[in-house]
Amino acid sequence: MQTVFQYPNALTDVTTHYCPGCTHGVIHRLIAETIDELGIREKTIGIAPVGCSVFIYNYFDVDFAEAAHGRAPAMATGIKRVRPDRVVFTYQGDGDLAAIGTGEIMHAAARGENITVFFVNNAIYGMTGGQMAPTTLPGMKTTSSPNGRDVELQGYPLRMTEIMATMPGVSYAVRRSVHDPGNINKTKKAIKTALQVQLNQAGFAMVEILSSCPTNWGVTPTEALQFVKNQMIPYFPLGDFKIADVVKALR
Amino acid sequence: MKELWEGNQAIAEAALRAGMEAYFGYPITPQTELLEYLSKKMPTMKRAFVQAESEIGAINMVYGAACAGARAMSSSSSPGVSLMQEGLSYIAGSEVPVVIVDMMRGGPGLGNIAPSQADYFQLTKGGGHGDYHPIVLAPASVQEAVDLTYGAFDLAEKYRHIVIIAADGNIGQMMEPVELPPPHEVAKRERGWELTGASGRPHRFISSIHLQPEALHAFNVHLQDKQREIEKNEVRFAEYSMDDAEYVVVAFGSAARASQSAARWARAKGIRAGVFRPISLYPFPYARLTEIAQRVRAILVVEMNAGQMIEDVRLAVAERVPVKFFGRMGGLVPFPDEVLPEIEAMVER
Repeated sequence: MQTVFQYPNALTDVTTHYCPGCTHGVIHRLIAETIDELGIREKTIGIAPVGCSVFIYNYFDVDFAEAAHGRAPAMATGIKRVRPDRVVFTYQGDGDLAAIGTGEIMHAAARGENITVFFVNNAIYGMTGGQMAPTTLPGMKTTSSPNGRDVELQGYPLRMTEIMATMPGVSYAVRRSVHDPGNINKTKKAIKTALQVQLNQAGFAMVEILSSCPTNWGVTPTEALQFVKNQMIPYFPLGDFKIADVVKALR
Repeated sequence: MKELWEGNQAIAEAALRAGMEAYFGYPITPQTELLEYLSKKMPTMKRAFVQAESEIGAINMVYGAACAGARAMSSSSSPGVSLMQEGLSYIAGSEVPVVIVDMMRGGPGLGNIAPSQADYFQLTKGGGHGDYHPIVLAPASVQEAVDLTYGAFDLAEKYRHIVIIAADGNIGQMMEPVELPPPHEVAKRERGWELTGASGRPHRFISSIHLQPEALHAFNVHLQDKQREIEKNEVRFAEYSMDDAEYVVVAFGSAARASQSAARWARAKGIRAGVFRPISLYPFPYARLTEIAQRVRAILVVEMNAGQMIEDVRLAVAERVPVKFFGRMGGLVPFPDEVLPEIEAMVER
């Protein structure tokens, strides 16, 4: 009998702790499938963030280090510099990458570190229970912006991929979403390209992935995917913000 | 053959000779020469050097490189070491070996760039959150700074722990004749815990998270067992004219050197003075100092701070004899002729 669908080798057979309707599981699977397809499971080292995906190292059958909140790009720098033949990626949420860790991500990008960053943006702090994130939309209610984010008081959301795209050290900066099958497929292609950038020593690559948080948004899983489509994408448009010539040459 | 070396550069060279594969740092006075020296040497040696965006970036790069099994080091001075404490707590909790050099300067806050010993509490009592103590070694000369740095990587790997070279700006900036140790090759070794990619083995992870209280308790018990092992094996100190000493100065680093001259002058005046110099500030030489306290008349603690190590001295002495204090702050190094009257005052009492 021919096997047409199976668990990726790069994932462990462990039940995840994620809430129903959260798309971390989809994103994990896409990364794992890509690691399998590229045949790099045995030379990949991941850096886990602080936040909802803090236990990612339990779910991936690859070596992992756990970073302090926001510091994953610095740890990835240390690992990659001493093991340049390994594939090093960080997996970071919006609180991790766009708030406490802005310094680390900006400078890893500015240095053009040959690492891959998966940036999962759900516009809210998930693990701590739904507080305002740097990516919380204007007017969006959270436990720490109970009347809705007021940009006069709380400032504007950060569009990290657009910021990354301005930096010469960045070779690949794109935003994708996993709210429907078509976009899931596009996200997987971007994940693959981002890892191929690293395999070809072509510099810093980041894929921002819009993700859902039904628990903290206070909506059903289906409504959460609608929220990504109707509310988040208008503020965080999907697309390729930087594809350096060196990356185009890989295609 | 002895050569004249500046302290910071000599430490950098000693670290290279110890097989340091990766250095990540950020410039801060009075230790910048260390970073500058390595920025010249390491790229030509094909070893990893990054001038980080901050001390926070630097310590997390060290953490990453150490997770990947490299001999990794950073160096800084007091305000920068304060910034590194977050990373040091995670490193202690993850049990990876790292070496840090702290060329202490005056504080608190921005303070100044002159020599100080006011990081004693921060370094020896943990610094970052949680129950741990780094191994803290305090050199009193450039030669000793070289020797301690050279051995620090082996020590860090022995316990999978943090080793801090606690010097002061004086040691970093002055030049002294030094005998450098022989270079030893960067050993490409598998120690069974480092992250290399899960080739032909189950995947590994390095982490400091233990969500269940019972599990975190058990891990802390393990860490404390390791601390007791360190306390048993790694106590270091030096003694000067201590055999018949009645009046003892306890001091470390630069303060100990000034105290030695003062003790010598006191001897010339007929006072039986000696100097006890802790080299390991953690583990502190409590047992030896307790023995000493049983046979002397009084103890003077001299520090370049407001009195930090004196708390450990008092624990060892346990009120057997009077313990006095003389301190200089703000980057002032005590002069022997300032310490001598303090020794004489012990006798007069």
